[in-house]
Amino acid sequence: MTLRRFALATLASTLIAGPVAAQTLLNVSYDPTRELYSEFNAAFNKHWQAQGNEAVTIQQSHGGSGKQARAVIDGLRADVVTLALAGDIDELYKLGKLIPQNWQERLPDASTPYTSTIVFLVRKGNPKGIKDWDDLVKPGVAVITPNPKTSGGARWNLLAAWAFAQQKYGSEAQAKEFVGKLYKNVPVLDTGARGSSITFVNNGIGDVLLAWENEAFLALKEEGGDNFEIVAPSLSILAEPPVSVVDANVDRKGTRKVAEAYLNYLYSDEGQRLAAKHFYRPRNQEIAKDFSEQFSDLKLVTIDGDFGGWKTAQPKFFDDGGIFDQIYQVQ
Amino acid sequence: MSRRTSPVIPGFGLTLGYTLVYLSLLVLIPLGAMFVHAAQLTWEQFWTIISSPRVLAALKLSFGTAFLAAVINGVIGTLLAWVLVRYTFPGRKIIEAMIDLPFALPTAVAGIALTALYAPNGLIGQFATSLGFKIAYTPLGITLALTFVTLPFVVRTIQPVLADIPREVEEAAACLGAKPLQVARHVLLPALLPAWLTGFALAFARGVGEYGSVIFIAGNMPMKTEILPLLIMVQLDQYNYAGATAIGVLMLVVSFILLLLINLLQRHISHS
Repeated sequence: MTLRRFALATLASTLIAGPVAAQTLLNVSYDPTRELYSEFNAAFNKHWQAQGNEAVTIQQSHGGSGKQARAVIDGLRADVVTLALAGDIDELYKLGKLIPQNWQERLPDASTPYTSTIVFLVRKGNPKGIKDWDDLVKPGVAVITPNPKTSGGARWNLLAAWAFAQQKYGSEAQAKEFVGKLYKNVPVLDTGARGSSITFVNNGIGDVLLAWENEAFLALKEEGGDNFEIVAPSLSILAEPPVSVVDANVDRKGTRKVAEAYLNYLYSDEGQRLAAKHFYRPRNQEIAKDFSEQFSDLKLVTIDGDFGGWKTAQPKFFDDGGIFDQIYQVQ
Repeated sequence: MSRRTSPVIPGFGLTLGYTLVYLSLLVLIPLGAMFVHAAQLTWEQFWTIISSPRVLAALKLSFGTAFLAAVINGVIGTLLAWVLVRYTFPGRKIIEAMIDLPFALPTAVAGIALTALYAPNGLIGQFATSLGFKIAYTPLGITLALTFVTLPFVVRTIQPVLADIPREVEEAAACLGAKPLQVARHVLLPALLPAWLTGFALAFARGVGEYGSVIFIAGNMPMKTEILPLLIMVQLDQYNYAGATAIGVLMLVVSFILLLLINLLQRHISHS
């Protein structure tokens, strides 16, 4: 009896309160997008209300990309996810069946409204003369990069180095040797990009930090450019952090319409400009032109074009026994 | 225990029931769930995971550094407790409060602060560098972080016991002709040892599972400075829940055996 009454009361209250209550949206993202999304959320809200909708409360959550994906799989009611790599969003389908398999085909540019790349952050004046990837394997150069097993960003780093070596030396065996040498020069493997930044910037360890371009710019902006400078290598990888609506959650909460509008707005002129302002490379080439001074023109390989997508790259390079593990195996 | 005394809290059934429910919700069910998860693996898979060189190296490192940290705290902590109980001096209350700080501080904060200090060009680390060794990013750094985090255990378990031993007992022993070392060996040590072992076991167990403070100072180099809890995180980041629980079960079983041994030792001492 009481249960039925409770159910009726709940039903009644959703019927009455449903259309009136302001909607809330939870955006589960990774670490360095904090500043971007706090500005974007305000812009979207203005746009959304201008179209005659109720204001929407947008909450953001940040953390390591893999950790965030696991939280959503384990039941965090995210309406949209904006993570560091497609591999993490794939798990939402594989482990949680929260999104359809073809999630990446639903939005333009493989659901990636903005991109970034991997660049080098070196100490002011570049005392070790680091210009390109092959300077990183020289003896006496200390390279700071997080552990690719625990950091999404670090996976892009290793793949970028691999792509460089393969283009320069030709064979996969040589690329493996090159990457092995590079990691021999890594004195500390932090678990995440933030940890590596602390090691390099605050603790003064290492000669070069392999960083996302947007993070490198952010670090430079915060400390005023007195101690560090950015070096763009000859070749790097197009880092694609994709976005998706979490179907199971928006359907349960009735937020699909606003969630989809939210992600679509990332592709609008204003969304693209905001991305560029926060040092992400916009997809819209017209807007990218306006920021061409900020982003150096470098040759970029892609995960889908050159590595067969994350479905191939993840097991080959990063799973147990993969290329990264082989580097550290006892001889 | 044939003698029946009326208990302070009435209702044996109620209190035992409460204890069991409470323990189940907080300890047994979560740990049981871990075993169930690990049971998805066959024995062979389980064995391959826990016998891989990396897991074994991390096992040695985690238990070794935790043991060393517990030993260090066993010595220094006893000394601290002694000073705090037996002497009164200005600022004693402040030192007393400082001892508990490692519990209150978020472990990540402790880790970052210790790393900044003991890194090769840190405030203290630079002296180590000029002497030709490194503290941060070595097992030494891990031991340091664990010593910091587990500092309160030995002090806090020994302190009340020490305070309960009246000074007169020592004086009486001295009057009967015992030399200071004999007093320590035959009077103080037997009284303190059970509490000391408890503090040691707590510090050790806490150190084995510690993640937050260690992860920044360890350097996390595979085979060298990788702790077991990090390997669990690595498995989770590969969405390999079963692999993560396998390492978790390994840690739990080894810890349980070691704690059981310490308990037995304790019983043996207090009965002899």
